[in-house]
Amino acid sequence: MTETTTAPAGAPEVPEYPLPRSCPYHPPAGYDRYTAEGPVTRVRLYNGRQVWAVSGHAEARQVLLDAATYSSDRIHPHFPALAPRFESARKVRNFIGMDPPDHTVQRKMMLSTFTVKKVAQLRPGIQKLVDDLIDRIEERGPVADLVPDFALPVPSIVICELLGVPYDDHAFFEQQSRRVVTGSTTLEDSAAAFGELSRYLDGLIRRKQAEPGDGLLDTLIAEQVDTGALTRRDLVDIALLLLVAGHETTASAIALGVVTLLENPDQLAALRADASLLPTAVEELLRFMAIADGVARFATVDTELAGHRIRAGDGVVVVISTANRDERAFAGGDAFDVARGARNHISFGHGVHQCIGQNLARAEMEIALSTLFRRLPGIRLEVPSRRLPLKEAGGVQGVWELPVTW
Amino acid sequence: MRITADSDRCLGAGQCVLSAPDRFDQSDEGTVLVLDPRVDGDEDASRLRETVALCPSQAIALVAEEG
Ligand code: HEM
Ligand code: SF4
Repeated sequence: MTETTTAPAGAPEVPEYPLPRSCPYHPPAGYDRYTAEGPVTRVRLYNGRQVWAVSGHAEARQVLLDAATYSSDRIHPHFPALAPRFESARKVRNFIGMDPPDHTVQRKMMLSTFTVKKVAQLRPGIQKLVDDLIDRIEERGPVADLVPDFALPVPSIVICELLGVPYDDHAFFEQQSRRVVTGSTTLEDSAAAFGELSRYLDGLIRRKQAEPGDGLLDTLIAEQVDTGALTRRDLVDIALLLLVAGHETTASAIALGVVTLLENPDQLAALRADASLLPTAVEELLRFMAIADGVARFATVDTELAGHRIRAGDGVVVVISTANRDERAFAGGDAFDVARGARNHISFGHGVHQCIGQNLARAEMEIALSTLFRRLPGIRLEVPSRRLPLKEAGGVQGVWELPVTW
Repeated sequence: MRITADSDRCLGAGQCVLSAPDRFDQSDEGTVLVLDPRVDGDEDASRLRETVALCPSQAIALVAEEG
């Protein structure tokens, strides 16, 4: 952390970032303060460090498009920790936390796995998996907790098959991933979880080196580790990113998608009446829910943003949840409208780091949500939505439990 | 006007394919391919300008025809 970014003691109070949500799919009311003050304002992180909060849509895109000025280097001491868990992530090195050109070399190694065409080929398998899970929910009914019974297993099984990770180990890595991505996780706890996951993946990759399978990790071993382009340690860190990013975010998006649709019955009815709205409805859910509330960067040089002087070393947080509601980009942005048809939200980020798994996430959301509402037409929440336990600030947003009946 | 693409800059997000599948595809390596570089009138140009704005790595563009 730099001295230049720390305000003198007793300075007028600067609002905090991040804040917990009180409604599962709206940004916290406290973020109104940032947007009221303009698209770029000062906020205070948990450790007292002050950084720039970018809550306007155009300004957010400007920052995310300019990776040379706004670095993602998560190991660098200037990279702002939005929660204690980011401090332990400083030991992990993979492309989400690297700048071009290193970032781009790693990312390109796996582009072919995530194309629109490749994801389309996975759809029948995802459909079968979703149908099997709903069969089991129906058998055990008439109540279910959709987080462990549906929203989590769908992306978890899909990413396991894609990577070549045995799903039998899911209880272990789902639990450790939670410790890594939860906002309230302490530094010690997230460091321990990173350690457990790294040891597990290192063992798995060693076994695969002896006995290759047919997942993405096996391809990366053959094409990159065996040729010396990546070390085994590099691949462990990449596998950690893909495994964690691949299931926890999408699980949250599916569960919160169910809540959002149930809480907006006119929109659910519109979607039921016209199945062709499914892709735009998923896009609107992504915009509206903003599962990733914000992403961090730091300035590498002195620069200017929306009339503010940003100094080299200053931390920046792009507030996705407010940028996605910016009236200048989305008219009536606080309303959930399945027919809106806007694709320019930044829920998957923007610029070179824009989510590599976005089309997989879209496919999983489309199939999971449409099949659930078709097969359980009477589905409703078992508890009032205000009683649903919400995920903490500083991590992936969503609900911990989702009790429903039908 | 016509569409140009720089597959070196492309980072395979696939936004172009989703937004204008009649114009863009992805190669087996996962980078952008232009299926048809033509821009058919003003309406098409405005739709394709939106597609260009969606590309996260500024790998596609509309350029004025030379000559
Ligand atoms: C709804 C679900 C998802 C959401 C909301 C989401 C969100 C995001 C965001 C905001 C970023 C950009 C981070 C930054 O700019 O610093 C990102 C990057 C990334 N995501 Fe996702 N993601 C989702 C699903 C997935 C899935 C299914 C995968 C599967 C592999 C995945 C893998 C990644 C990876 C590897 C990156 C880093 C890309 C890079 O740095 O080039 N994500 N995601
Ligand atoms: S939108 Fe841009 S980055 Fe994505 S596939 Fe198309 S050209 Fe490549």
